[in-house]
Amino acid sequence: MKLATFRRGGVHPADRKELSKDKAIERLPLPSELIVSMSQHLGAPATPLKKKGDTVKKGEVIGSASSYVSADVHSPADGVVTDIRKVRVASGAVADAIVIKCDEEQSDPFTESYDWRSESSEELLKLIRSMGIVGMGGATFPTDVKLTVPMGKKVDALVINGVECEPYLTSDYRLMLERPDEMLEGVMAAAKILSPDRIIIGIEANKLDAAELLEQKIASNGYPITVQRLQMKYPQGDEKQLLKATIGKEVPSGKLPLDVGAVVCNASTAYAIYEAVRFHKPLFERICTISGESVNNPKNVIAPIGTKFSDLIAYAGGAKEDLVSLIGGGPMMGFAVADPDTPMVKGSGGVLMLPKMIEDVSFPCVLCGKCVQHCPMGLQPNKMFRNIKYGNYQAAMDLGLMDCKECGCCAYTCPSHLPLVQGFKLGKKLGRKKK
Amino acid sequence: MMTVRTSPHIHGSLRTDKAMLMVVIALLPAALWGVWSFGLRALFVLIVSIAGALLTEYLLGKVSKEFTLRDGSALVTGLLVGMNMPPLEFHQFYIPLIASAFAIGVVKWTFGGLGCNWMNPALAGRVFVFFSFTSQMSTFRTPRVFLSDAVTSATPLSAMKTAMSAGGAGRSSDLLTLPVTDFAASLSDKLGISPYAVDAFFGNVGGCIGEVSALLLLAGGIFLLCTKIITWRIPVVYIGSFAVLSWMFGGIPYGLGAFHGEILLPVFSGGLMLGAFFMATDWVTTPTTPKGEIIFALGCGFFTFLIRYFGALPEGVSLAIILMNIITPTIERFVKTKHFGYVKPEKNAKEAKA
Repeated sequence: MKLATFRRGGVHPADRKELSKDKAIERLPLPSELIVSMSQHLGAPATPLKKKGDTVKKGEVIGSASSYVSADVHSPADGVVTDIRKVRVASGAVADAIVIKCDEEQSDPFTESYDWRSESSEELLKLIRSMGIVGMGGATFPTDVKLTVPMGKKVDALVINGVECEPYLTSDYRLMLERPDEMLEGVMAAAKILSPDRIIIGIEANKLDAAELLEQKIASNGYPITVQRLQMKYPQGDEKQLLKATIGKEVPSGKLPLDVGAVVCNASTAYAIYEAVRFHKPLFERICTISGESVNNPKNVIAPIGTKFSDLIAYAGGAKEDLVSLIGGGPMMGFAVADPDTPMVKGSGGVLMLPKMIEDVSFPCVLCGKCVQHCPMGLQPNKMFRNIKYGNYQAAMDLGLMDCKECGCCAYTCPSHLPLVQGFKLGKKLGRKKK
Repeated sequence: MMTVRTSPHIHGSLRTDKAMLMVVIALLPAALWGVWSFGLRALFVLIVSIAGALLTEYLLGKVSKEFTLRDGSALVTGLLVGMNMPPLEFHQFYIPLIASAFAIGVVKWTFGGLGCNWMNPALAGRVFVFFSFTSQMSTFRTPRVFLSDAVTSATPLSAMKTAMSAGGAGRSSDLLTLPVTDFAASLSDKLGISPYAVDAFFGNVGGCIGEVSALLLLAGGIFLLCTKIITWRIPVVYIGSFAVLSWMFGGIPYGLGAFHGEILLPVFSGGLMLGAFFMATDWVTTPTTPKGEIIFALGCGFFTFLIRYFGALPEGVSLAIILMNIITPTIERFVKTKHFGYVKPEKNAKEAKA
């Protein structure tokens, strides 16, 4: 049977998941110091509630959501606040961060189990908001906002994103393989809030064992969920491409999935929802893949939010000599960081250590049209880039610059190695300013 | 020290300079066939045109203080110019030299170098010398297999054109008196196709150095398709539209009536294969959008048909492609891609703006 996928554009980078695919999830020993940024999510950074010298408890709110599109930040450990300072996270955002020195003795709360099935969907939503849950696929949009269906709108499909199309990353895959029951329960909790007509889990063809396992679990629990296997193609994990692949609908430009009656939720987010509704446990730790050709022991670990990349690297056996770049996130959309002490945030699904992967060559644009061919959004990157290069931001925006999601397909295929994505990031910033 | 750069942090294997080398590799079998078929003079023409292109690029690079030889585009241009030359005499070396210098110097460099030219340099060079040295450029040598008969011979296309102007009617097998190989004769008896088409397919005909073997050009084209340097759209639509037009209307000038035109000989002979796979697919001078590529290829097919059957020249590929190169910026301007999730702006919104 031919598997479904989205139709237009996309690329097929080598998935390189074999490095960490078979490594079971391990718990990272608690680092001595955590740097918890207040900018964990899309939207306004949280407001810090603690001062230097305060003691914090595991799971205690240390930053409160400062607006509707924002989320609470919780302490990942028992300890003392040693400093509050401006810290840059991988995405480049600079915000206040609370530095916590962790105690030797750690408490173990969140073991009591609650029955979420008897609660109303409003209560569940409130719980999800107070537990600080955000989309863990990378965009980190506050989950409660996503799950709030405006009056008069109906959710046709809840699509769970188990695609993980970024090369190297295996955190969602390990989660689906090792904690399928828990994840599915989280999916059902989300479904209770949304009451969708159908629930689909999209999984790419390189994770068929996970798809099979989930199908068994779904059958034994009698959940109304279908698992849809998809062809491997980047960027299928983007919600617009995923919806096109699974339910065949195109989200209109500038609109949200809800406008086509769909909500997309990441597999890790579903797991976080499970922990929130079942144990009232806030989101303060996540599964993270440490991989890349330049790390000695690629691993999948559960690490507290605020763990420094350097601690993760040390746990994974250190870096090899050929290390050239350290990346927070996947290789296609992740951010290279200069400082190994950059802390993890809620969206950090992976930390990659890569040797030199890109040759330092560049040629003039030869108008080959590869970028047009591979753009999943049907844009013309060559024309937009030319306009941005000459400062004509408005012309670039008229060509659909704001629809660009910086997936990197154009730059990946560009034979002349033009910094297309860099140009678009710049163009968006300057274009917005001019308006 | 960590390197920080913008995503993506990995890159596909396609690279402009490597792609140029791939094109050279894809062209080599057909070029070597030309050398085998026409002798050392063909090799000499190829060497002179490549050297001319590289030298021009190097010297102009000195003027503009750029070193652009390593992108490989001058090598491809030089090779293509050479493959588009008939096997000239040794003392006519100035013709490929002028063609290469014109291609690199005038067509490419003056407009800003690689990526900025709006006309295929190699074709422009060929057309420039074709109209400057028409008789030398129209004298073709007999291929090696028939060398016992005569030193020069007509190409199948020019012979057809001559027969047509003389008022001849019929198919190529009736009209032409060129020699055929025994293999082609036996195959044509069995399959009922023109023996000239068989010879043209395998490269046993007169013509330009690089265009005679349709088979090897096809192999090179498929190699480029497999390495994803070109897409199927331009070659397939170009050859397809030309074949359909030849079948529909190509019989009329030969008194065969509509829908009885020959297909195989026109497709395999002349510069069509070389043009469709290697010239019309040039990255720089063709549209970037899939829809634009198809319009471009249809135009190439149409003009090639028009020039070959109703024009004064026997051969129309280079002019057709150049004509479409000129139209390419216009195609680029009006053919847009359909955006993902594109919504038609409502009429009210437009009026409100006005």
